[in-house]
Amino acid sequence: MAQLQVRPLAEENFPEKTGGNWKKYFTFNTDHKVIGIQYLVTSFIFFLIGGALATGVRIELATPDVDFVSRELYNQLFTIHATVMIFLWIVPAGTGAFGNYLLPLLLGCNDMAFPRLNAIAFWMIPPGGLLLMGSFFINEGAAASGWTSYPPLSLVNGKSGEFIWILSILVLGTSSILGAINFLTTIIKMRTPGMKFNNMPLFCWAMFAASILILVSTPVLAGALILLSFDLLAGTSFFNPSGGGDPVVYQHMFWFYSHPAVYIMILPVFGTISEILPVHARKPIFGYLAIAYSSLAISFLGLIVWAHHMFTSGTPAWLRMFFMIATMVIAVPTGIKVFSWLATLWGGKLRLNSAMLFAMGFISMFVIGGLSGVMVASVPFDIHVHDTYFVVAHLHYVLFGGSVFGLYASIYHWFPKMTGRMINETWGRIHFVLTLVGFNLCFLPMHYLGLMGMPRRVAEYDPQFATINTICSIGSYILAVSTIPFVINAVVCWRSGEKAPANPWNGLTLEWTLSSPPPEHNFPTPPVLKTGPYDYGTLDKRGSKKRPISQLRASDILSN
Amino acid sequence: MQGSTVNSEQVIAVSQDGHGGHLEDHPDHRIFGLFMFFVAESFIFLGLFAAYLTFRAVTPAWPPEGTPELELLLPGVNSIILISSSFVIHKAEEAIKENDVKGVQLWFAITAAMGALFLVGQGYEYAHLEFGLTTNLFASTFYVLTGFHGLHVTFGLLLIGAVLWRSRKEGHYSADSKFGIEAAELYWHFVDVIWIILFILLYLL
Repeated sequence: MAQLQVRPLAEENFPEKTGGNWKKYFTFNTDHKVIGIQYLVTSFIFFLIGGALATGVRIELATPDVDFVSRELYNQLFTIHATVMIFLWIVPAGTGAFGNYLLPLLLGCNDMAFPRLNAIAFWMIPPGGLLLMGSFFINEGAAASGWTSYPPLSLVNGKSGEFIWILSILVLGTSSILGAINFLTTIIKMRTPGMKFNNMPLFCWAMFAASILILVSTPVLAGALILLSFDLLAGTSFFNPSGGGDPVVYQHMFWFYSHPAVYIMILPVFGTISEILPVHARKPIFGYLAIAYSSLAISFLGLIVWAHHMFTSGTPAWLRMFFMIATMVIAVPTGIKVFSWLATLWGGKLRLNSAMLFAMGFISMFVIGGLSGVMVASVPFDIHVHDTYFVVAHLHYVLFGGSVFGLYASIYHWFPKMTGRMINETWGRIHFVLTLVGFNLCFLPMHYLGLMGMPRRVAEYDPQFATINTICSIGSYILAVSTIPFVINAVVCWRSGEKAPANPWNGLTLEWTLSSPPPEHNFPTPPVLKTGPYDYGTLDKRGSKKRPISQLRASDILSN
Repeated sequence: MQGSTVNSEQVIAVSQDGHGGHLEDHPDHRIFGLFMFFVAESFIFLGLFAAYLTFRAVTPAWPPEGTPELELLLPGVNSIILISSSFVIHKAEEAIKENDVKGVQLWFAITAAMGALFLVGQGYEYAHLEFGLTTNLFASTFYVLTGFHGLHVTFGLLLIGAVLWRSRKEGHYSADSKFGIEAAELYWHFVDVIWIILFILLYLL
């Protein structure tokens, strides 16, 4: 075939070979694998920074008085903590890092559809992040009106910090949109011949759903921020009631992005969990199509529930009713996923390594967050706990117990593929135990605090909450410590860990057919699918049926 | 990938002007990606339109009392100029299908002139309006929406300028290699459609 003669010639133009050359990670590189790792390392550094800010918040809250930082600095700490964790860690790590690294490998193509656009999207992240961090060092300090930046509050705090915040979110949002264009084009147009939508790995489905959300909702946030910056700098009053404006319009526009953003942060993790569980349970995924289509259902429903964040903003009763019911309906596709994962584990031959532990930790922690989500979706309950620590507990169970546990699981699962080295399991387990204990100690008691009426976003509080807050703070210190064994383990094993074989977990998806780390031009020829992505232990059952086991009916299997 | 659709000469040709990364040895998906970009762009405008309509709905009198009437003649002429420029720029694509680069240059230049005229007209309107950016909520939304659209027209002019600049090199554009021309044209149409909605919302409703 002509292609085979062409390849060696083509590679001469790219003398840079994979492995060993660490400098390429600091350049404008268009290889999706390099970009994926750039995203992952950059966003993890921001995770550590965001974590340090959170620790500052918890040190302040360990006692009821204002004794560690000033009230003004406290407001900046929690504002930037949330912004960093959302826009610089979970979104770029979930979509940017794993989306870029895995999609071409899972789909069997050599790169994303637009490699240069991909590199541009990545290189917007560091300036956006540095801009945000830099705002701590200007006179008025960083933005201090919460990551929601509700006007009129955001219009009366320090103007320059607020404007830098807006600028930074616009940069990061643009990067996210450019990424989504790439993901969608790659998934729709670049699957290896023979891979249909209905037999691509579930991570690709999840990224498909998440990218649609990014593409549709992020621009609306940009619109809101443009109007907000006019209010801030040019003296207009779109959102300023004293000039005839309407702050609730901002809230609508903001949540039109920021509620789907929750799904942008969790859907990629749903995807990686659907990859990790069957590999380590040695069983086909249960309910392939149900998991695939439920991602789309979540994506659609996620777009029409935003005003459940605004039950106390004067939203009319009939509208609250609609948003309450629509929100509760999301529990259905989410429940379909959770039960499918449990059924995948059921009767499996589980391999309890760090990746699997974090994946199972993800399911249990996320279910708690999901259930408290249904609770706050209900209007009367939400009015009671709105802006209390119950909401803080809920969102951390979804974003930390969900997204971050899932991201850790993904890092452990694909570490051998990304680095070509195995990661140390003992330290991985220590990391898991510390994270699980620290996380629950920190956030479980917050449910109680919220129900008792402790408001969020305050530096000092009623002394009756002191004991429980101290417990939360101790949990957060354990969480802070838990990252140390992970970072050391990852760095040491990347440099000198045991060499990883091509397929350490005996996975069936396409990335495991390549060496670890994969060659620069992934697939010399378009790969031919020999099995479905999850056909573990079923080769005898597939028989003459050429379809993947995940799409066979029970009767097909029985008739064989 | 999907190399069966690409012959070997094309693979070599692409790799020789490679850019330090991957072979782009797959069919061209850039137009598809451009449409994804338009989806994102549409939603930023949809968000702003929705905000405008909500402001309108919750304000007791719209436009608020004391807002001078908008003159329709100038913006009407302006709209006709912009809309007809969409037909002009389409002639360029027909020309490139015949490998007629001179024709492309002619039609793109005319389109650019019409776009510039539109911007001048808008600037004239701004200068002669009796309300400013901060006069009231209507004035603010008026300036921000038309200004944001004007920014898009300006960007479209830059795209047209870029195509004109590149077309000086012989053989840069041809019937088989016309992405730049198509992209500029599609973007121009997109900006046009946005203007039609904007015009109806701000001037006619």
